[in-house]
Amino acid sequence: MEKVATRDAYGKALVKLGEQMPQVVVLDADLSKSTKTHDFKKVFPERFINVGIAEQNLLGIAAGMAASGKIAFASTFAVFATGRAFEQIRNSIAYTELNVKIAATHAGLTVGEDGASHQAIVDMAVMRALPNMTVIVPADATETEKAVFAAAAHDGPVYLRLGRAPVPILFDDDYKFEIGKAVVLRDGKDVALLACGIMVNEAMKAAEELAREGISARVINVSTLKPIDKGTIIKAALETGALVTAEEHNIIGGLGSAVAEVIVENAPVPLERVGVRDTFGESGKPEELLEKYGLTVKDIREAAYKVIKRKKG
Amino acid sequence: MEQISNEKKLQEMARQIRRNIITMLAEAGSGHPGGSLSAVEILTTLYFQEMRVDPANPRWPERDRFVLGKGHAAPVLYATLAEKGFFSREELLTLRKINSRLQGHPDMKKVPGVDMSTGSLGQGFSASVGMALAGKMDKKDYRVYLLLGDGEIQEGQVWEAAMAAAHYKLDNLTAFLDHNGLQIDGPVQEVMSPEPVVDKFKAFGWHVEQIDGHSFAQITKALEIAKTIKGKPTMIIAETVKGKGVSFMENEAGWHGAAPKKDQAAQALEELA
Repeated sequence: MEKVATRDAYGKALVKLGEQMPQVVVLDADLSKSTKTHDFKKVFPERFINVGIAEQNLLGIAAGMAASGKIAFASTFAVFATGRAFEQIRNSIAYTELNVKIAATHAGLTVGEDGASHQAIVDMAVMRALPNMTVIVPADATETEKAVFAAAAHDGPVYLRLGRAPVPILFDDDYKFEIGKAVVLRDGKDVALLACGIMVNEAMKAAEELAREGISARVINVSTLKPIDKGTIIKAALETGALVTAEEHNIIGGLGSAVAEVIVENAPVPLERVGVRDTFGESGKPEELLEKYGLTVKDIREAAYKVIKRKKG
Repeated sequence: MEQISNEKKLQEMARQIRRNIITMLAEAGSGHPGGSLSAVEILTTLYFQEMRVDPANPRWPERDRFVLGKGHAAPVLYATLAEKGFFSREELLTLRKINSRLQGHPDMKKVPGVDMSTGSLGQGFSASVGMALAGKMDKKDYRVYLLLGDGEIQEGQVWEAAMAAAHYKLDNLTAFLDHNGLQIDGPVQEVMSPEPVVDKFKAFGWHVEQIDGHSFAQITKALEIAKTIKGKPTMIIAETVKGKGVSFMENEAGWHGAAPKKDQAAQALEELA
């Protein structure tokens, strides 16, 4: 399977977007070669702003440009965007509902060797908690490109969570992405595996293993974390009676929490959450980190068995 | 609305704006008089002499922009916008009350004429840089004005934004530093001195003017000079008196964030009659 990092897909999508929408501007904070905004810079240097290593100013300038009619894509690593500049996002972007698209790369453990200081594991939680914020976590390069265009068309702030490491391309060009719509990738009746980002592919593989073992697992790509697709989640809860969430994020506040909130209020069923168990990461190869911190196919498969057992019990 | 060129009329307008500030704060029962009163002449000059705005079309793309970095001075902005005709003087009495458009700190989504929501210090500076950058990008001739507090410049983001404004040669950006010398906990010099501010902004690549921030003639002249400076943003360091115009509020840090009681408001309005 061909592998492309979602940050690479982002860089290419920005160029296409820039060709179609003259009001698109791109801002970066000295990481344009890593976030891939330098693809846009090469084609549209007059619409690219490098603010240097100053993330608070990055988001603040993006807000001011959006207030002047621009669609501003602001990029840096997810840790710095949502951590260091959290309050700029809160007060200058979310509160104002300005057209700033925070496209943050290097999210999750798969940053790898740079270690815990650079691994964003609470970004989904804090962005999701902000009023007016839309949160999108694409699963592959195809979905990333579609999400970039959808974010630009959406009137208001968007947090787009992107990764560093190459991930398999799961979808072809016919794949339909819509903000707020979860996509059922595989049907099943015994359990539903809800995933986002790089964990979607892992969930698909887990479903295949489960199928060989006689268990029918539904796989749902919940790429919009907010507004979350309640309908698809409730339907899965009612029809399968057992849910597993999988995310490259702390189990507090991310996809698992969002799904739990939906089901406890609408269709209470057992839920198991696969994610980082409320701890910081460390340096290592992405695949080593995923294994050590419990984010593998095996972890999803085990969670499925556990939740099915709870259902029957 | 006609711009005012006569100094006497500007003074009358400033007095009315001060009266509005006192009246609305007394009615609200909370808010920030000191730093509102220190900036009255600056806002009066900007809105009644300098800026190209249209109260009938507050989102006019060609308008000049104003960002109140020190968002807690919302009363002076609201009082000025009301006099300019963006909304009624009566609405000022809804300040800080439930269901009002006039929030404790300015909300651009609610209030006609407010170009940026502020309140968290330092953030307005970056927004004004973004507005000026967008103007340059679009080859528009609008100008962007920013009002900073001297306590506000203790925020690190201020210096990030100052660096960027000079780096991008934003000569369409003019900032005022309301140098009244006081912040909540006392004299700025004692809490955390940002001095020497003139040297600092010069070192950050700005053209710097120093004026008496209560002199219409000096504010006007500095704004004229700012328009002639090419390739650099201009910082106008305005020496001001916190609480200016109300004897018992002048130079008192305690009036940073306390509203006048009824009898105090009556005395203040008498002084401003």
